[in-house]
Amino acid sequence: MRTADVLRFARDAAAGYPLRTSLSVLAMAIGVAAVVVLTSLGDGARRYVVEQFSSLGSNLVIVLPGRSATGGFSPANAVTTTPRDLTVDDAFALTRLPSVRRVAPLAAGNSEIKANGRLREVVVAGTASTYLEIRSFKMAQGHFLPEADWNRGAPVAVIGVKIQEEIFAGRPAVGELIRLGDRRLRIVGVLKATGQGVGGLNTDEVVFVPVSIAMSLFNTNSLFRVLIEARSRDEIEAVKREVTAALKARHGGEEDVTVITQDAVLATFDKLLRALTAAVAGIAAISLAVAGILVMNVMLVAVTQRTGEIGLLKALGARGATIRDAFLAEAAMISLAGALTGYGLGLFGAFVLRQVYPVFPAYPPDWAVIAALATALSTGLLFGIMPARRAARLDPVQALMKH
Amino acid sequence: MSVIQLAGIERVFHLGDSVVHALTHLDVGIESGEYVAIMGPSGSGKSTLLNLLGLLDRPDAGSYRLEGRDVTTLSPDEQAAVRSRRIGFVFQSFHLVPRLTAAENIGLPMMLAGIPAAERAQRVAQALKDFGLDQRADHRPDQLSGGQRQRVAIARATIMQPAVLLADEPTGNLDRATGDDVIHLLEALNERGMTLIIVTHDPKIGTRARRQLMMEDGELKSDSARPSMAVTAT
Repeated sequence: MRTADVLRFARDAAAGYPLRTSLSVLAMAIGVAAVVVLTSLGDGARRYVVEQFSSLGSNLVIVLPGRSATGGFSPANAVTTTPRDLTVDDAFALTRLPSVRRVAPLAAGNSEIKANGRLREVVVAGTASTYLEIRSFKMAQGHFLPEADWNRGAPVAVIGVKIQEEIFAGRPAVGELIRLGDRRLRIVGVLKATGQGVGGLNTDEVVFVPVSIAMSLFNTNSLFRVLIEARSRDEIEAVKREVTAALKARHGGEEDVTVITQDAVLATFDKLLRALTAAVAGIAAISLAVAGILVMNVMLVAVTQRTGEIGLLKALGARGATIRDAFLAEAAMISLAGALTGYGLGLFGAFVLRQVYPVFPAYPPDWAVIAALATALSTGLLFGIMPARRAARLDPVQALMKH
Repeated sequence: MSVIQLAGIERVFHLGDSVVHALTHLDVGIESGEYVAIMGPSGSGKSTLLNLLGLLDRPDAGSYRLEGRDVTTLSPDEQAAVRSRRIGFVFQSFHLVPRLTAAENIGLPMMLAGIPAAERAQRVAQALKDFGLDQRADHRPDQLSGGQRQRVAIARATIMQPAVLLADEPTGNLDRATGDDVIHLLEALNERGMTLIIVTHDPKIGTRARRQLMMEDGELKSDSARPSMAVTAT
């Protein structure tokens, strides 16, 4: 029997029992769709987190005051680990390190902004001109904080786009005067909307001022963070080493800061969420195995239902192998139809997810799609073998009597 | 030349503890172009004999030569090839595939034999015309009358131009008039040279054949071609 005829015969046989066939196609489709949607969710979560971290800027190294406790607690530690302030001078000293491209100090606190007859609570970020490039932000109007001595900042401010909306009702705000705490500052720029919030800090709702103004506003000597951009990705580790050494030297030989790299955090999250996605895919794969068993069941029923036909085919000269191939082809077609339907359903499900949560990049990873389709086909074929062999081995005399 | 030569055929079934001799001491020769009726009460072994002749069943002893070739020793696949090309079956309950049209049912043996679709279509069209089914080509079996169904089945059985046509109670599910039509059709095929073997318990049909084989308890009771047989068998 020619291959094309085997396929046509199998197709007609599957189409001859529409309910039975469509139900097993549905079961297979649900299995595949489950894998596609769940891995889309898992991988979407991973991408979301990675994107959020990447938005911090590229090649970023962050210095936090205080040592993250990893060595356990001892009375000796309690005495010696009182962190020194991470000062503006500390930050400025880092600009001279060989592997460092840019440094931006960051002081943060809450204050009240008063302008245009309105008043609201805002987060104030004290930083320097370098901050814009490190975070790769864009300006909507005007320019960012001017380059200046970090210890003597001009009385200027840059506001987020949401502040502009709420205080100035969307009118151009550059040149306007605002009162921030007890300071009068002139707005020199409006930041383009980023929609990003890192650490609960949505930059659209922040007022940026020179770091010296922020520190006197909050009456503090310590920075909240120091953001450092390495010259290249390969130099991130070097930056980490140099920064640690430099600050240790400046703080009397004590390592009282924490240096974190975006890469390390990112890698951890990436690994974690990949594992999660794989686990979810594994759970979804169980439904594929169930679907495979269902296909086997359906094919066994088909063999019983078509015993007379199998006997007839044998009487008409069909070899056992031909009958086996026809039933295998039927199982493969049901699985394939189910896999493709499920893939379509899964893509649609992921599409709906993206519509409902636009920030969530719910795309199925390639490996999951390939794995799901391959598993669907191979389970369908694997579970199709037993019924097909049973059909091939039927005794024609017995089979013909069952018509 | 004998198209069929059976010698010392035995077929034994084991049903639980009891042993049933479905066929014993069977020696029959059938010449090419003969018209033979196998008759006898139910359980006499006539269906077993037909299955054996159609290579659907194997004897426990003895030899079966089809067109001079010993077919009992062939592998299952070789037997399938012989069934495909040399043997045509007509069944009491037609055995048409319900989801296939009349044309597709007729073409089924050619499809199984791997004959190209173009040649199949041509031969099916000819067969539909020969059997007066050209108006029914695209009808499924449930849209056909009993007589039409059996004509489709006969067209299917003869499409590969077999040496032997085996018919198992071909009129059993048909009314008298339709049954007569089917018998006339089979006889017309026989007149054109096809060896026809009909299994029936209907004496009216059996006596139409030029030769009658009477079966009883797995033995050949009488053979109209060899009247002395009856004596030797008893």
